[in-house]
Amino acid sequence: MAMTVREVSRPARSFMEQIFLWEVCVGLMVTFRHFFVNLARHALRALGLKVEPGAVTIQYPEDPAVLGKRARTRHRLLKRADGSPRCTSCLLCETICPAKCIHITPEESPDPRIEKRAKTFDIDIGLCIFCGYCVEACPVDAIHMDANKVELSSYTREDMIWTMPELMDDVPKLPRALRPAPGIGPTVPFVSGSH
Amino acid sequence: MSEKKMVSLTIDGKPVSVPEGTLVIEAARALGIKIPHYCYHRGLGNPGNCRICACEFEGAPKPIQMSCRTIAAEGMKVRTSSPNARRYQASSLEFHLENHPLDCPVCDQSGECKLQDYYMQYGLYGSEVREDKLHKGKRIPIGPHVMLDQERCILCTRCTRFTDNVTKTHELGIFGRGHQERVELAPGRSLDNAYSGNVVDICPVGALTDRDFRFRVRVWYLDETESICPGCARGCSIDVHTNTKRPWHNEGRRVARLKPRENPEVNGFWICDEGRYGYKNLDERRLGRVMRLKPRPEDLSWSSALDEVARGIKEASAAKGTEGLVVVASGMLSNEDWSSFKELFVKTLKIGRFLFGPEPDQIGAEDDFLRRKEKVPNLRGGLDLGFGKEIKSLSWDDLAKSIESGKTWGLYVVERDPAKVWGSERAKALLDKLDFMAFQSPFKGEAGEWARYRLPATAYVEEEGHFTNFEGKVQKYGKALEPLGSARPDWQIFDDLRARFLSEEGSSGRREKAGALA
Ligand code: SF4
Ligand code: SF4
Ligand code: FES
Repeated sequence: MAMTVREVSRPARSFMEQIFLWEVCVGLMVTFRHFFVNLARHALRALGLKVEPGAVTIQYPEDPAVLGKRARTRHRLLKRADGSPRCTSCLLCETICPAKCIHITPEESPDPRIEKRAKTFDIDIGLCIFCGYCVEACPVDAIHMDANKVELSSYTREDMIWTMPELMDDVPKLPRALRPAPGIGPTVPFVSGSH
Repeated sequence: MSEKKMVSLTIDGKPVSVPEGTLVIEAARALGIKIPHYCYHRGLGNPGNCRICACEFEGAPKPIQMSCRTIAAEGMKVRTSSPNARRYQASSLEFHLENHPLDCPVCDQSGECKLQDYYMQYGLYGSEVREDKLHKGKRIPIGPHVMLDQERCILCTRCTRFTDNVTKTHELGIFGRGHQERVELAPGRSLDNAYSGNVVDICPVGALTDRDFRFRVRVWYLDETESICPGCARGCSIDVHTNTKRPWHNEGRRVARLKPRENPEVNGFWICDEGRYGYKNLDERRLGRVMRLKPRPEDLSWSSALDEVARGIKEASAAKGTEGLVVVASGMLSNEDWSSFKELFVKTLKIGRFLFGPEPDQIGAEDDFLRRKEKVPNLRGGLDLGFGKEIKSLSWDDLAKSIESGKTWGLYVVERDPAKVWGSERAKALLDKLDFMAFQSPFKGEAGEWARYRLPATAYVEEEGHFTNFEGKVQKYGKALEPLGSARPDWQIFDDLRARFLSEEGSSGRREKAGALA
């Protein structure tokens, strides 16, 4: 394809723009407007008047983050009444996940009424884009994104992988080095898909 | 051959003429119109029990007729998706789904299920049935390879017709009446005939699923490649289903399953179980590294390994004569491989002693349906090049004797394991006597450990080529996977080696030759 050249006009800076001082004042004006408006709102509400509430600064991370009601946060795997995972290992979430970050291994279930269940269910939170498709795709409502946890960082990529007991909050998520015993954690090495 | 009379009819407004006696559903297929069907199967007949192939026949006294039971007649006007036909199809589906458990998410058939497909196309979306579903048996292992779920069955009788008419073993039957009808094993039987896996393919729903494939990979993750079964000299057409996009499934194996591919000239619609489940070794015990094993195991590059092999053969031949070198080949070679093989060993090196017959480790069960006793796909390809005609095969006993007497100083083994014929101890004792041994194979094999050079070759799924079946039919198989490790196709190894004897430059790449050996 032939390359095309497009002229972009760059207007020359005016004198006021060049000295910056005026623009600094404009910025300060915005700051002070917010300050005084909020000050007035807090004061008026303190006097019992029904005006708009003033803005509040949250001291995060000392105070916990405030999340919207429908915020998509870390996944949670739900359980049946008897405590077994609801997941039927149908792999629909794994299929729909655009980040290919869900890895499930199915196995035969000992319960004759249940066809299959998940042997392992790992989510690599580090790859997850929090789109929520997995929640939509699940036919048995086994996966939610309502753990209300957003602090999910870790020191290694491996520790970004959440396993089934961790996603069900059966065991605390600990860095691999601190985990009590083998057996917890992904049993199949986590290989990224072809992306 | 007498010309069959043709009849002309119109289907959905399109005129078509077909030989007399053709079913309407087949006439529609010729036009590219797909009429939904369950019980009708081209290899199993048309009992007409599923009632989903209904079409509207204009001017007929009863316009709704089953297209799989109606023979095309002159001037017929068929509408496959008129409102009436559609309504009939939708109500048939409603009946089929009346007691169906709808457990698609956990069903292995999901994604290749006709019930799902047709429901999406013709379904009623919102059933009138208010009664509770009837429960029947679930996950019943009915044989070594097949799992039965009676709830999912739509009673199309394809499977029972298969065991009645194709294998004639009569293991399966429909028992009970009315809503209690179900597919069951005949008392005291088990579905263990040599072709049992085929019922999984013909079952249009998830009632019969493969125990081997159970829960391994969802079918929509799989890729398909057309191939030829290497299990025996019949050379049935197959599709290789591979799982490479999500390597954490299927226990890390790349080949997930083999399915028969329709080929009226060779296998019809079927394959045998031996062939179907013969893929497992494809990712196991594979050779991936080019090595010199004696005196010390050491990795080599392809070029230095081939240099050394060529030098070894040259020096020993000069000292002791070419007659001391025996080449063992196998019917696993493709036509391309056989032709390079002949170029190298017969034309260039002028070797006279070969061993390639299918005895005795490659002989197995045979029947009058598909299975052949030679359990390798391409002895015929070698035969067409003279291996077995003017070039005679030694027997393993001859070979053992000539090694013992010191007449044979070297062995070049291609895709064969002498330890399987001679037994480990005898093989080791014999092979240790040799001055030179090269072992070229996709698989490790016991005798490979005692070779001097070990050259990894590709498996048939990793390279395209042609096999000639026992009837002389040349068939192409495709490349489904990348070679493992540094494996190379056999023909390329032969060509590269030959270049070292001709002191030309390396191989000129693939020569377009042998595919058309016939
Ligand atoms: S939220 Fe989206 S990216 Fe994350 S696991 Fe679910 S489907 Fe995958
Ligand atoms: S098991 Fe499958 S093939 Fe057999 S009758 Fe039922 S639906 Fe048809
Ligand atoms: S396909 Fe015609 S009735 Fe079953």
